[in-house]
Amino acid sequence: MTHAPITPEAALSVRRTGRIVYVTAVVLLCAWVLVPLYFLVINTLSAPATVNSFPKPFFPEFDLGSLRFFAGFGGMLDALKNSIIVASMTMVMAIVIGAPAGYALSRFEFRGKEMFRVLILLTRAFPLPLLALPLAVMFIRTGLDDTTFGLALVHTTLAIPFAVLITYSLFSGIPVELEEAAWTLGCTRFQAFVKVVLPLILPGITASAIFAFVISWNEVFAAAVLTIQSRTLTAFLLQTLGESPMHLKFAGGFILVVPALIFIFAVRKYLFAMWGIANR
Amino acid sequence: MSTRYLPYVLILPTLVFLCAFFLYPFALVTGQAFGGGDGFSLETFREVTSYWKFPISLQNTMLLAAAVVPVQLALALLMATMVNRMKKGRDLVLYVWTIPLGISDLAAGIIWLAIFEQSGFLNSMMLGLGVIDRPTAFLSYQHPGMIFLAIALAEIWRATAIMLVILVAGIGLIPKEYYEAAEVFGASPWQRFLKVTLPLLRPSLQTALILRVVLAFEVFAVVAALGGTIFPVLMGEIYAYQFDLQNGGAAAALALIVLGISIVFTLIILRVLRVPKGATI
Repeated sequence: MTHAPITPEAALSVRRTGRIVYVTAVVLLCAWVLVPLYFLVINTLSAPATVNSFPKPFFPEFDLGSLRFFAGFGGMLDALKNSIIVASMTMVMAIVIGAPAGYALSRFEFRGKEMFRVLILLTRAFPLPLLALPLAVMFIRTGLDDTTFGLALVHTTLAIPFAVLITYSLFSGIPVELEEAAWTLGCTRFQAFVKVVLPLILPGITASAIFAFVISWNEVFAAAVLTIQSRTLTAFLLQTLGESPMHLKFAGGFILVVPALIFIFAVRKYLFAMWGIANR
Repeated sequence: MSTRYLPYVLILPTLVFLCAFFLYPFALVTGQAFGGGDGFSLETFREVTSYWKFPISLQNTMLLAAAVVPVQLALALLMATMVNRMKKGRDLVLYVWTIPLGISDLAAGIIWLAIFEQSGFLNSMMLGLGVIDRPTAFLSYQHPGMIFLAIALAEIWRATAIMLVILVAGIGLIPKEYYEAAEVFGASPWQRFLKVTLPLLRPSLQTALILRVVLAFEVFAVVAALGGTIFPVLMGEIYAYQFDLQNGGAAAALALIVLGISIVFTLIILRVLRVPKGATI
């Protein structure tokens, strides 16, 4: 192959063009994520009359009418409360149940470990919300039907595989030598865990707890199937989609989105540690 | 307590929980689906598959997955490689790109409703540009293509982030030496992507695709928000059987069909993207 000699200026201009294309692409992809969110903010922070008008303004009026309507809509605040209750219960149960298993996976070689891991991974390749169907029957028998606790149990099933895998990866990141050092200094296994591992792992555990919270907060199908009186926010919004006015939908959507933004910000450091090892 | 039993004690809560709320309900749903009246029967399956809405909702679900997943894969790969060579602002860009990860499918549906509804932002923009002189009802049965597009865009917008996170984590595990070696031998960036990144990314691609494909078959709330009953999908039909028609058996049978499809595709992805035995990074 023969190349025409490339002058340094030409190479520089090629590189500069590449750089411009690259930066433009990054900016465009950011806009792709942010612009739809901005539209939702406009609709939420505009008066109901504006939300239903046409054409739409491209700047929010900072009118709280829509949000006030949302707060005043019958049953909405209860639904919001239920969502928070269910998500909090899910968060606690998923971590309390899942974290010990994550620790066991990271620290011990035991018979059946592979089978256990496969079971955990299997649950991820499974349309889990479908389990709400048989559970609806089971809950009626046990009196758990239409309770926040019953729904939290289903959401915990959704969150546990993630809790196990995330804590597994977090515990694996802490050298076992630290624990061993504590043992040689006279700590029991439990003391070593509480004094050495726990302080190191706490931020990560918090991140996975928030993750469990958001899994429950966002879940629609099981919530809609399992609750009638104690509906969560997602269930309430879904079931009123047909008849509710636009400004109610948008305010509701906005309330659903806010925790998500905070969540991603809070756990951003852990997002990749979570998934890096969960692959294998 | 001896160390021998400790791991079993630690995994016991998870095991018990998954047996009670994963394996047992799974057995129940199977029993419900196959137990027509007395004993084993396929009656319920015949009932749900012969219902006129079944073929169309199956077709819609599959078409949607076929349209959405490849775009998401390409987009996630592009974003992951772009992030990988980023020096300044990497954290900020990643934060922005992963925001949709935390957003509920229902909220995503509502967000795209704000764009596509009759007095929405798409119509407002087109009016502002002078393309149209009155708003079109995009999400009505006269525009099935627009409904499909709106749902597909909402899905791509919402769920590309999960693939991105998995792929970025996977790319981070590839040793830099491979790229340096490829560069020494004169490989172009495109060749490095094809010959180094893609093959070594296989385990992550597997995970990302399985997760996404399974979730794509579960599409529900986005459709409910944007298409309503105009665009039936499998999960929506299950919901309708369970909630509106109070027919638990039919819902269970349909649920097993969704599960079956998910398993078949999981196996296909595992087979196609299998990691050669003994190959490690």
